[in-house]
Amino acid sequence: MTQKIATREAYGKTLARLGQENPNIVVLDADLSKSTKTADFKKVCPERFINVGIAEQNLAGISAGLAASGKIPFMSTFAMFAAGRAFEIIRNAICYPKLNVKVCATHAGITVGEDGASHQAIEDLALMRSIPNMVVLNPADAVSTEKILEAAVAYNGPVYVRLGRSGVPVVYDENTKIEIGKAITVSEGNDVTIIATGIMLAEAMEAREILAQENISSRIIDMHTIKPIDVDAIVKAAKETKAIVTAEEHSIIGGLGSAVAEVLAETHPTKMKRVGVLDTFGESGTPAELMVKYHLTAKDIVAAVKDVLK
Amino acid sequence: MNLSVNELKQVANQIRQDVVVMVHAAKSGHPGGSLSAADIMAQLYFNEMNVDPMDPKKADRDRFVLSKGHAAPVAYATLARRGYFDPEELIHLRKTGHMLQGHPNMNYVPGIDMSTGSLGQGISAAVGMALASKLDQANYRTYALLGDGELNEGLVWEALMSASHYKLNNLTAIVDYNGLQIDGPNEEVMGIKPLDKKFESFGWHVITVDGHDFDALAKAFKEAKATLDRPTVLIANTVKGKGVSFMENQASWHGTAPNQEQLEQAISELGGAK
Repeated sequence: MTQKIATREAYGKTLARLGQENPNIVVLDADLSKSTKTADFKKVCPERFINVGIAEQNLAGISAGLAASGKIPFMSTFAMFAAGRAFEIIRNAICYPKLNVKVCATHAGITVGEDGASHQAIEDLALMRSIPNMVVLNPADAVSTEKILEAAVAYNGPVYVRLGRSGVPVVYDENTKIEIGKAITVSEGNDVTIIATGIMLAEAMEAREILAQENISSRIIDMHTIKPIDVDAIVKAAKETKAIVTAEEHSIIGGLGSAVAEVLAETHPTKMKRVGVLDTFGESGTPAELMVKYHLTAKDIVAAVKDVLK
Repeated sequence: MNLSVNELKQVANQIRQDVVVMVHAAKSGHPGGSLSAADIMAQLYFNEMNVDPMDPKKADRDRFVLSKGHAAPVAYATLARRGYFDPEELIHLRKTGHMLQGHPNMNYVPGIDMSTGSLGQGISAAVGMALASKLDQANYRTYALLGDGELNEGLVWEALMSASHYKLNNLTAIVDYNGLQIDGPNEEVMGIKPLDKKFESFGWHVITVDGHDFDALAKAFKEAKATLDRPTVLIANTVKGKGVSFMENQASWHGTAPNQEQLEQAISELGGAK
């Protein structure tokens, strides 16, 4: 793993480019533009940048009104306040009328780090996934962030994009194609499948190396679309490998692990383990320390694989 | 359109009869806050707004957001009588498989510009529409009708603050100030006085108006259009249940359907045929 880039950095850069290409794009922020990186868009398209102040409910409501008038609003704030505080406005004013709003939430998960539990959204995938009409996307690195944002603009309807604060390894090359709803098999393998999402893809790939040294062959799937989830990829993996381990920087309740379990339970019951935050709040610390303390590292994935293959 | 006051009164009377009939047929719904807003709705759709029932989505139309979404019956009756859809449809209010939901859905009903129902969200979306009009350098105006009880919602004040911050002179809010909410009088449930000073301090131009006086409403809307440096709110003093004697000023008629006998009395009071 070489270069590390936070997905929010890639978001800002991509947004600035897409904004110049598409005059319908309007970007809204709630007084966090330097953190969410929407300031990059503001620099090039200041007339289409709207700061609503520290008011996330209004952020969502105004976005709905702009979309109802033909704009493509990108609304950004921290995941805690987008998916959490503005949940009901996103449900009723955006998703119910299927308005074309892109909710791009940064600082998701425990790798927010030092700000602590109040700012570490570990429930956002669960919340957003439960709303009808919502598409839920969770890119793994800078390259897939860019591709996913392009796909989000091309898609007409509400989208939630989960982005992170901390640098993560770039795992994809520039030629990678990403399609909403189509999981990417990053590596083939036949003993076990590790289905990862977001920044856990890099941990899963590291886990694969460790497992290979012990002659365990693992398939790695990047589930960048949490909803609609790629049922075919999950069932295929369940049939072709002996067990499934999911990995997400999110509560084990309601996110990727739950979505995969739902598919397997109804179509192809398979032994599985979920790696994620174990129904607990986080705390202050460096992202790396918290990943260890909350069992989100490659080693934790390896342990889960060995356990499920027992 | 440019209806006379007498014609507007007839329209509003028809709308009120529709409201009572619809809510009776649905056996649920919100008559009180629909009847209080009937004159405001008639004035807006028949004399103020640039709209075309034959082309409900035309780009330069004025927008209307029913922020107090539970008053859906009055919006549906107004749209039907304005020609957006067949008034026969009104009887299907709240019925499975029909377009007239308990609270408005913009994708089902011609003329509904925004889905609402959860209080406070409509005015916020209206701010977005007014901003879009500015971004496109278009001339359309946005109107939002709020309930007085709705003003308890924090989101309303976020939206009001932003509307004056962006100097949205193309946005007009109307408060249907009937003084009553579900659990009783505003001032008992959650005091909102002094309403004019609250709006003023949030940077809005305030006009207090009799919400049942068409001449006064016309004058107020004209003043709103002529106010160029900030958004305008009409604090419309109204009577909840207006036009039906036993519903007037009764909080209990906020969300109750009339029975057959009550329906007949209401229609008779509103001058309609049984």
